Amino acid sequence: MWDAFGFEFVNFYLIPGLVLGCIYALGAIGITLTFGILRFANFAHGEMMMMGGYLTWTIMAIVTALFGLTLHPLVAMVPATAVVIFLFLLTDKYFYKPFRKEDTIKVVMASFGMMLIIRSAVQAIWGPNQLKFVSGIAKPNEILRDVSGSIDLMLLVPNKHIWIFLGTIVIVIALSYLLNKTRIGKAMRAVSDSPDLAHVTGIDVDQVIRATWIVGGICAMAAGVFLAMDIQLLETTMGFRMLLPMFAAAILGGIGKPYGAVFGGLVIGLAEELSAYPWIGDTPLLSPGYKTGVAFAIMVIMLIVRPQGLFKGRSF
Amino acid sequence: MTDPILSLNNLKAGYGQTEILHDLSIYVDPNEIVAIIGPNGAGKSTAMKAVLGLLNIREGNVTLNGDDITDTPAAQVVRLGISYVPQTQNVFVNLSVQENLEMGAWTRPEGIPERLAEMYELFPDLAEKRNQAAGSLSGGQRQMVAMAKALMVDAKILLLDEPTAGLSPKYRGEIFATIQKIKSTGVPILIVEQNAKQALGVADRGYVLVDGANRHTGTGAELLADREIARMFLGGGH
Repeated sequence: MWDAFGFEFVNFYLIPGLVLGCIYALGAIGITLTFGILRFANFAHGEMMMMGGYLTWTIMAIVTALFGLTLHPLVAMVPATAVVIFLFLLTDKYFYKPFRKEDTIKVVMASFGMMLIIRSAVQAIWGPNQLKFVSGIAKPNEILRDVSGSIDLMLLVPNKHIWIFLGTIVIVIALSYLLNKTRIGKAMRAVSDSPDLAHVTGIDVDQVIRATWIVGGICAMAAGVFLAMDIQLLETTMGFRMLLPMFAAAILGGIGKPYGAVFGGLVIGLAEELSAYPWIGDTPLLSPGYKTGVAFAIMVIMLIVRPQGLFKGRSF
Repeated sequence: MTDPILSLNNLKAGYGQTEILHDLSIYVDPNEIVAIIGPNGAGKSTAMKAVLGLLNIREGNVTLNGDDITDTPAAQVVRLGISYVPQTQNVFVNLSVQENLEMGAWTRPEGIPERLAEMYELFPDLAEKRNQAAGSLSGGQRQMVAMAKALMVDAKILLLDEPTAGLSPKYRGEIFATIQKIKSTGVPILIVEQNAKQALGVADRGYVLVDGANRHTGTGAELLADREIARMFLGGGH
């Protein structure tokens, strides 16, 4: 087994694990911010990601039809993000805000309803079948492949994965700048810390909530498009499939802790992929069919052993 | 005669259906420290929440410089110049000292760096801890952060809810000394206190609250000298 260790491990387990981890991390940021600042578990977050993928696809299709150009998803993502943020703010104002003074559980249930509404709307507009997001086989990046001449040390990283890594790094750096250096970012941390104190301090909590939807929306968009780039197709259940691992990532990192969410996302992504590596013998340690179970197991263990998460977030 | 800065007039108020304040009248004049003392459950902190629009006010009103501010929501009250320091959870524990002060200045349109410098002068201990998380500070230092945070706006009046609760005697003395320093900058203070003796020691006037209504009123010295009050709250007094 050990001679297979090395670049097979890196290329087929570690890198896919990191890619998945980046996607979970970006999704978990939105979940943890919503939980920290708006104080509810947003079940519709995965559908927001999914809808972002569909909108991006639509913009790409429109540009192709009108100009005959193939737009890169990361470019098409920009106008799609604006649309999704607009929808986020609209749903907050007319759907979530009336529930804000009620019990949290009502908002959670409302978000569950929103999840079903969005998925049905997407199925009605784009149809229930899979759509091809990007066609063709993703070839490994040639520069990275040729770094080593030895076939045993050959790095096989497709460009789409490089984009995902770079995109995640840029977003996490921008997020960290926002939260630590800007007035609205500091206010987001303050509201997450104590909404009551924020109120009597005179902080405009509604403005902070809007900022939270915008930041969470951008991260969800990126996560949705990265996921679509990775699997190269769109399906209406893709967001829902991400929901459990993203919650697991948010809980692992500590609810309300954005860096915790990033760390948690990477850990869950890696754990899911690495659990299928033939650590013992020649067969996968766990059948790949149980990948989601790994995230679930981590979440349950965390909730029992350390409910506040690794980075001391809020406990339930 | 000038209007009082803050005035609570014949308040009947409570949470939901429960009435806690039965007939409460309190006022604070410019340049005054006013202390509200009284046994547990007398409605001391509740009186403060009435000012902040956090209570259900049934009768009576609250005025700021003569303007009726009854039932104005808390966020708006702050904009009007009433700065409030809650008893507990009065700092953002995950934010640094400086970030706490910046948040305190949220409603301040300009002059924030100058105000920060003034606060570090008034609270020299905080200057060296400006980059530390407020949650890592001792109780007394947190109280200082909370007060500095509340003073980041041009407060017309500062409301302090039991600022010395749970603090060691050393810090209690420091807090009361700071309160006098704040008064000397021209900000009147309404303080709710459990430590009646020390509070009345620094207060210009005091109110003794029992069962949600005024029982005694007088200057700090008068109340301190009153035998009944001494027996009720100050321990001993024969």
